[in-house]
Amino acid sequence: MSTAVQTLLPEIEWATTGRRIYGVMAEFEHPEQVLEAARRAHTEGYRRMDAYTPFPVEGLAEELGQRSNAVPLITLLGGIAGGLGGYFMQWYSMGMLYPFNIGERPRNSWPMFIPITFELTVLIASFSALIVMLALNRLPEPHHPVFNTPGFERATIDRFFLCIEARDEKFNLGEVTAFLEQLKPVRIREVRE
Amino acid sequence: MERNSGGLAARNMEWDDNGSMVSPLGYPARLIAPAESFRTVTDKIGGIVLEHPREKIWWTAFLPSFCLLTVLLVALSYLVFMGIGIWGVNIPIAWGFAIVNFVWWIGIGHAGTFISAILLLLLQKWRTTINRFTEAMTLFAVMCAGLFPLAHLGRPWLFYWLLPYPDTMALWPQFRSPLVWDVFAVSTYFTVSFIFWYVGLLPDVATLRDKALTRGKQVFYGILAMGWRGSARHWQRHQSAYLLLAGLATPLVLSVHSVVSFDFAVAIVPGWHSTIFPPYFVAGAIYSGFAMVLNIVIPIRKIYGLENLITLRHLNNMGNVMLATGWMVTYGYIMEAFMSWYSGEVFERYMMWNRAFGPYGWTFWLLIATNVLIPQALWSRRVRTSPALLFCVALSVNIGMWLERFVIVITSLHRDFVPSMWRMYYPTVWDWLTFFGTIGLFLTLLFLFIRYLPMISISESRELVAEQKGAAR
Repeated sequence: MSTAVQTLLPEIEWATTGRRIYGVMAEFEHPEQVLEAARRAHTEGYRRMDAYTPFPVEGLAEELGQRSNAVPLITLLGGIAGGLGGYFMQWYSMGMLYPFNIGERPRNSWPMFIPITFELTVLIASFSALIVMLALNRLPEPHHPVFNTPGFERATIDRFFLCIEARDEKFNLGEVTAFLEQLKPVRIREVRE
Repeated sequence: MERNSGGLAARNMEWDDNGSMVSPLGYPARLIAPAESFRTVTDKIGGIVLEHPREKIWWTAFLPSFCLLTVLLVALSYLVFMGIGIWGVNIPIAWGFAIVNFVWWIGIGHAGTFISAILLLLLQKWRTTINRFTEAMTLFAVMCAGLFPLAHLGRPWLFYWLLPYPDTMALWPQFRSPLVWDVFAVSTYFTVSFIFWYVGLLPDVATLRDKALTRGKQVFYGILAMGWRGSARHWQRHQSAYLLLAGLATPLVLSVHSVVSFDFAVAIVPGWHSTIFPPYFVAGAIYSGFAMVLNIVIPIRKIYGLENLITLRHLNNMGNVMLATGWMVTYGYIMEAFMSWYSGEVFERYMMWNRAFGPYGWTFWLLIATNVLIPQALWSRRVRTSPALLFCVALSVNIGMWLERFVIVITSLHRDFVPSMWRMYYPTVWDWLTFFGTIGLFLTLLFLFIRYLPMISISESRELVAEQKGAAR
């Protein structure tokens, strides 16, 4: 399944680049492997880590310890704000600011205000979903240390990566590398900032 | 059975001698050929964008489209210069081609949202390889649609009067008017479709960034990708936002054409004033949208060799959707005729008689032929799985749906209540040039899209590969 595991000598790279270490990256061939790796790493006690995959692998974020997801709630709040705001705009402008009296019809003719209320609910909710997704993911972020990993471009093509980061409390270069080697990745690389 | 291709049905699939999947009923069931891997789907779809294969065919398709686009620019410039008197519109037929084309284009857009949002929520996996493309089609069709009401304003540079903004005259748009609802519906539809499309595109432009070999392409796709790196934490939020957007787009796709139909149904004109209009318009929109998808996808899968990704199964399913929505539309025609007779109202009855046997009667019968009779060929599985025949049926539906809007707009208006207000409507050369010009705009944008952005979702295709591999094991 996996070819020969290759590990670069950390000391040599440190000496040549002189850059701070960001983490250790293991590369896998199959989505099930990275899922298993994330599960084992979490059991092992690692918390500051992330996986990089070419398509959404179901349950991977949960295995990494990310339980909460604020996107649905913010989208709901955006939708409510859009709906209330949309209705208020119509009621206030048609009923208060510039009322028309057409055959004594009510100023607050709510059935006629439904279509625009609906459209604005959808519009603001969609904007909220987009913006909260980008903001929580801290995008746009043109550069990130993981891009320094040689061969990382395959994270958007056909390979699955797990990176245990140096800011993890348990991080120890030798231990992390040894742990990742047990998972039989295709290769292990250090990631420099 | 073959349409349930989610997790449940995958278990019912059998493998034939060639290693391809067939459903228990023997329909072509392949969503993606078994030989495909993560790498090959990426190369196949990404390669079209990065390497531009079949360059000559692309140029021979693009150049005529671009010429048509310049025709549109000339027609619109002359319109702004002269005013809408250059069109064949008059009183009482004030709407003319502009509204016929508006409704036609916006209907075409509906298939994109239907495929990408509703079929996503219904777990119809077969949508995966056609959704990106049809979403792009939606955007371009809505752009073409939006041009017509703007041009029809007469003074299009004052279009912002339709929007609620704090102006010095303290005036507001009339929010009780369906025409103002339309402004909100169409602009929301465009914006939400665009957001949905872009969110789906984000991981794929990151793939292109990472696959591109030239600096220019890396920068171009790099900017579009916003630094996407496929992080699992990002994917979780991305998927949740994508599903929510699909959920939001679902009622939207039903509402847009309903609101468009209110433009007609709220008026008291015989032939318009009908409660069946909203569902009948929505069904018609999806009908014509699928027809346009087929008309474009059938040549393109051939030219770019995408038969492994857009399979006969897709064509078969789209044929089925057209058959179903076609019958909903037919039901609409029958009910319109029945209700106008059943109402006992002289104007309604005259409208129906005039529609079939009046001066524009031939358009009505042509509509019945192209929209009701010819599509009955879709009952045959041989037609649904033959790209050439399916293409012809789809073309017929596209023409038929345009005629439907012509019949609704023109024949209803040209006989006003008082015979002294009876007029004929003859489109002028500028009407035709504007209409064909928007086809040029649509095709130009579509060909640019095919050349510079992935027309099939790469990341979703990889998911499909992973799933089929799981099923095969």
